[in-house]
Parts: sequence; structure tokens; C-alpha cells
Amino acid sequence: MNLLTAQAPGGVPRSGKGLALGICRFMLVALALVLSLGFTQVAAAQADPDREMTTAAPGITADQWRQVRSGETGPNYRDSRADSNYSLINSSGETWREIRNRWVSPFGLIAVFGMAALIALFYFIVGRKELEAPRTGRLLLRWTLMKRALHWTVATLFIILALTGMTLLFGKFVFRPLFGDGIWAWMIAATKVLHNYLGPIFGILLVILLVSLIKDNIPKKHDWVWFKKGGGMIGKKHVDAGFANGGEKAWYWLLATVGILVIASGFVLDFPNFDQSRDTMQWANIIHAVGALGLTAISLGHIYIGTLGTEGALEGMTMGYVDETWAKEHHNLWYEEVKDQTLSEQEVAARKSSGGSSEPSATRTS
Amino acid sequence: MAQMKFMCDAERCIECNGCVTACKNANDVEWGIQRRRVVTLNDGEADEMSISVACMHCDDAPCMAVCPTDCFYKTDDGIVLHDKDLCIGCGYCLYACPFGAPQFPQQDAFGERGKMDKCTFCAGGPAESKEEEYEKYGSNRIAEGKLPLCAEMCSTKALLAGDAQDVADIFRQRVVHRGHKDGAWSNNPQASADNLAYDAAHKG
Ligand code: HEM
Ligand code: SF4
Ligand code: SF4
Repeated sequence: MNLLTAQAPGGVPRSGKGLALGICRFMLVALALVLSLGFTQVAAAQADPDREMTTAAPGITADQWRQVRSGETGPNYRDSRADSNYSLINSSGETWREIRNRWVSPFGLIAVFGMAALIALFYFIVGRKELEAPRTGRLLLRWTLMKRALHWTVATLFIILALTGMTLLFGKFVFRPLFGDGIWAWMIAATKVLHNYLGPIFGILLVILLVSLIKDNIPKKHDWVWFKKGGGMIGKKHVDAGFANGGEKAWYWLLATVGILVIASGFVLDFPNFDQSRDTMQWANIIHAVGALGLTAISLGHIYIGTLGTEGALEGMTMGYVDETWAKEHHNLWYEEVKDQTLSEQEVAARKSSGGSSEPSATRTS
Repeated sequence: MAQMKFMCDAERCIECNGCVTACKNANDVEWGIQRRRVVTLNDGEADEMSISVACMHCDDAPCMAVCPTDCFYKTDDGIVLHDKDLCIGCGYCLYACPFGAPQFPQQDAFGERGKMDKCTFCAGGPAESKEEEYEKYGSNRIAEGKLPLCAEMCSTKALLAGDAQDVADIFRQRVVHRGHKDGAWSNNPQASADNLAYDAAHKG
């Protein structure tokens, strides 16, 4: 126990009022005298700093400060809070705050909105990539119903997670002043619940989607050429592509790496009941936010290319079938493999009406 | 305006946990939450020392800076309070806080955190009525002109609460009285070079 050597100020007890008998008063005076004598002695002793230093309970050593700073607790560390294993000072908290507020937050915003601006610029300067040859009207099955359903579920969840995630990071600057506390309280609570419950569902479905697509996304030599030619934009010549082109494969592997990292770190944040430490959650948050904002920015490119940017691409993911010409122009190696499987529009309609899921599973290997 | 601060004089704290008990009692905080804690370093060793910790009502409060809902605010007295109606229990304030002050009742599924609770400097919080305030945040002694109960109850007056200037003045007196060259805080190897007791005595 670290006992005091300096006495509490005003240490003399106050005398009781009223029925103070003479004798009692005398005793008090005597007591006060004794006490004050004692005090002056102590004070005299303490006036000598060196003496005080040798008798006082030791002060706090540089070693202890180092211990506090490092957050290390050791076997003789005690914390009177029931379930607490916290160190005295959480010195990484400030680092986390700096990284999140100074770097992740502003640069995340720049990444997402910068990407959107770049895409808009590209659209106005270069414009949509139209089909060069006329459509033949013969169709090829590209996405089975199962995969389309999976893709759109994952995509919807991704968009909700990106919007709610960004609300957690930036919402207070926009919506609180805009809507006032009443609506903001409701909105941010819903945001967290949506994000925290849809996150794990997204995680599971993304893994299923990734597994079901891995065969088509093994990198090949021609993918490298595809990149060097900027996907056909440099040299204005068609570049080889299998079922998935180089760009699609890059997006796949980004999701398979960064996406998994975002999901894993999301799980760490989502379930604080596994005794993971504050430090772990700080790191998880940074990894999660950087990965998620990066993916959000790049997903804008994916969305642009799949919709506005390329004539004929969206049809494949909505209807399941693409035109022969589109297949030839965008995925020539795949086209070579499946060109004998083209169907007329009537044949496709007939197949769909007889139950869309009985589509052949054939089609891709390259 | 006052700038309210706590200070714990580690050379006086005897690890009695009176402040912890006083706080629990004053604020009627729920089961599992303990706004103040006493930390002892090197228990049982010669250099043992204890210090009472709770929210320190930081000037540049990290909790305030990272909260996604922006539910913290600072009173005119420099006390950091938060609005439980806005809090979503994300835990960010806890990641950032230097003192481990924010705590969460675990009331929901999957270990989801409930609404954050922390020391209010016995200043309550935002509410429609006194009853609601007491229910959500505990007592508002500041409104009654009283200081936090933890410091008021501290038997050795190790834990001080009040305006920063007053707290500093009391501590400075102690430093002068003890004659510690290093300001009673540490065995500062620089002690002889910068004699804090001397500085304190001459700064007035
Ligand atoms: C399995 C998937 C995911 C899980 C479990 C998950 C979970 C979480 C959790 C727990 C938080 C902390 C906020 C809080 O507790 O209220 C968070 C923050 C965030 N998440 Fe996710 N998330 C997932 C996927 C995503 C995805 C796909 C995105 C974006 C595309 C995303 C974007 C964000 C962002 C931007 C934040 C805010 C970070 C900050 O405020 O510093 N999350 N996420
Ligand atoms: S909760 Fe922590 S960070 Fe916030 S004011 Fe209190 S001590 Fe500072
Ligand atoms: S737990 Fe509550 S008070 Fe703390 S940062 Fe999150 S919303 Fe803000």
C-alpha cells in the first residue's frame, strides 16, 4: 500500500458545537496542541527534500511509465473493474483515431468520389463501347439462373453495405445537420443494424459466388496481353479473352482477397463477445474501412462497364443470354468453344417457358 | 467558465475503492457497469502504486472525434457528456479513449453492445425530465452545486475534482510541501535539472 507521507490539509477535526463542557474543551485544546506539535515536526522533517525522498513511499519510476505506455499489464497488475483486462492507458487509441479521422476518412471520400468523377469524364470523352458488327440474333447462354440470382443478391447487399458503411463514416457530417437529431437517431441506428446483420450474410454469399466462378477466373497468359493492350483500347485491336477477360478476372481476385479481408475484419468488429482486445478491433476497423472503401471505389468501375459502358453486357446478367456478335467481340476464346451452341430467340423463349432452370450447364471452360 | 477536471494523486491513493463504491451509489449504474476503477501497478512489490481512473473529460476528446453518430458534447464547464438516444453502441469511443472509460451493457444478441455508459462528472445528461435523466445517466450533482461524489468521498483526498485551476493549485501545494524535486509524480532522472517543486513554489 502506498501510504501518504504528506498529511491531508486541514487535518485537525472540527470541534463539536453546543454542549461542550469545560473539560471537554480542555482536552480538545490539549489534543490540538499535541497534534500541531506533531505536525510541525513532520513539516520540519519534510522541509528537507532529501530526507522526504528517503522516507516517502517511492514515487513512480520511469520503468512504471514505460509499463503504462506499452499497455503491458503483467502478473501484479490489478484493475478493480469486474470484467476488465484493460491496461491503465490505451496508448494506441490516439493512433487509431489519427489513422481513421485523418487518413481513412478523407482519402476514402476522395477515392470514391474521385472514381465517380473519372468514370463520368471517361463516359463523356470516350463514350459507350458499341458493338462493331450487327447482331446476328443468335444467342448464347452465359449466366444460369442460379448464378444470376447469386450475383444480384451479392450486388444488392454490397450496395447496401457500402451505403450504410459510408453513413457510419461520413453520415454525421451530412445527415445530422440536414435532418436534425430525431431522424438522425433513427437513421443511424437502422444503419448500424442493417450493416451489422447484412454483413455476415453478404460474406457467406460472396464466398459461394467466388467458389462457383473460380473455374472461369484462373489467370491465363492471354490475360496479361489483355492488360498490356488496355483491354483493347490501346491499338484498337481485339484482344483475346476467354469466358472472363483480364479485367473481370482482376475484379474477381480483388474480391477474393480484399473482399475476404473486409469480411473477416467485419466479423471481428461484429461480434465483440469473443474477448478480442481493443487493439485487435482498432486494426480490424482500419483494415475493414480501407478495404471496403477501396472496393467501393473500384466497384463503380465494374458497375459502369457492366451497364452504361458496354453495349450488350447487361443482357447477359439479366436475361442470361448474350448475342453471338457480343460474344465474338468481347470473349473470342469462349466464343470459339461454344459457337455451336447458339440458339434462336424462339428457342430461348421456349426454354425459358419450360422452366428456366433446365438450362444446360455446359458452356465455359476457358 | 470553469474547466472541470479530475486528478488522482498516486502518492496518496491507498486503493480503498471508496471512489468506485461512491460512484456506483451516486449514479445507480446498472449491473456490470463500473464507471470508475482503481488500477494498481506492481501489486505487492516495493514500487506498488495505485490510481483511480474514470473518464477524464478530455479537452480534445478522442471519443467525440470518432463517434459515428456525433452524440457527444461538451458542457460550458468542460464536461464531456453524450446522448444515449443517439448512441448506437458501435464501440468506437472505447477504441479511442485513452482511459478505457466507455462501457457497454451487453443486452442484445451476438454480443451486440448496448448504449454506451461512462462517467458524467456527476453532471447527468440530456433528458426531458429529472427522473429520465437519473434513470439514463445517474445523478446531476453539478446542477445542485456539488462536485462528483467519488472525489468528495475520497478518504485521503488523493482523488480531486473541480475546476482545473483549483485542482492544480492544491496539487502544487502538495508538491511544494513534499519538497519532491520531481513534482511528486515520478523519479524523474531529470529531477535535479528541472526542480519542479522549486518551479511550483515560485510560480505562485
Ligand atoms: C461480412 C461483411 C461485413 C461485415 C461483417 C461488416 C461489419 C462492419 C462493422 C461491424 C463495422 C463497424 C461499425 C459498427 O459496428 O457499427 C463496419 C464498418 C464499416 N463497413 Fe462493414 N461490414 C461488412 C462488409 C462491408 C462491405 C462489403 C462494405 C463496403 C462495400 C463495408 C463498409 C464499411 C464501412 C465504410 C464502415 C465504416 C468504417 C468506419 O466508420 O470507420 N462493410 N462494418
Ligand atoms: S470517454 Fe475517454 S476520450 Fe472521452 S472524454 Fe472521457 S476520457 Fe476522454
Ligand atoms: S458507442 Fe455510442 S457514444 Fe460510442 S462512438 Fe459509438 S455511437 Fe458514439
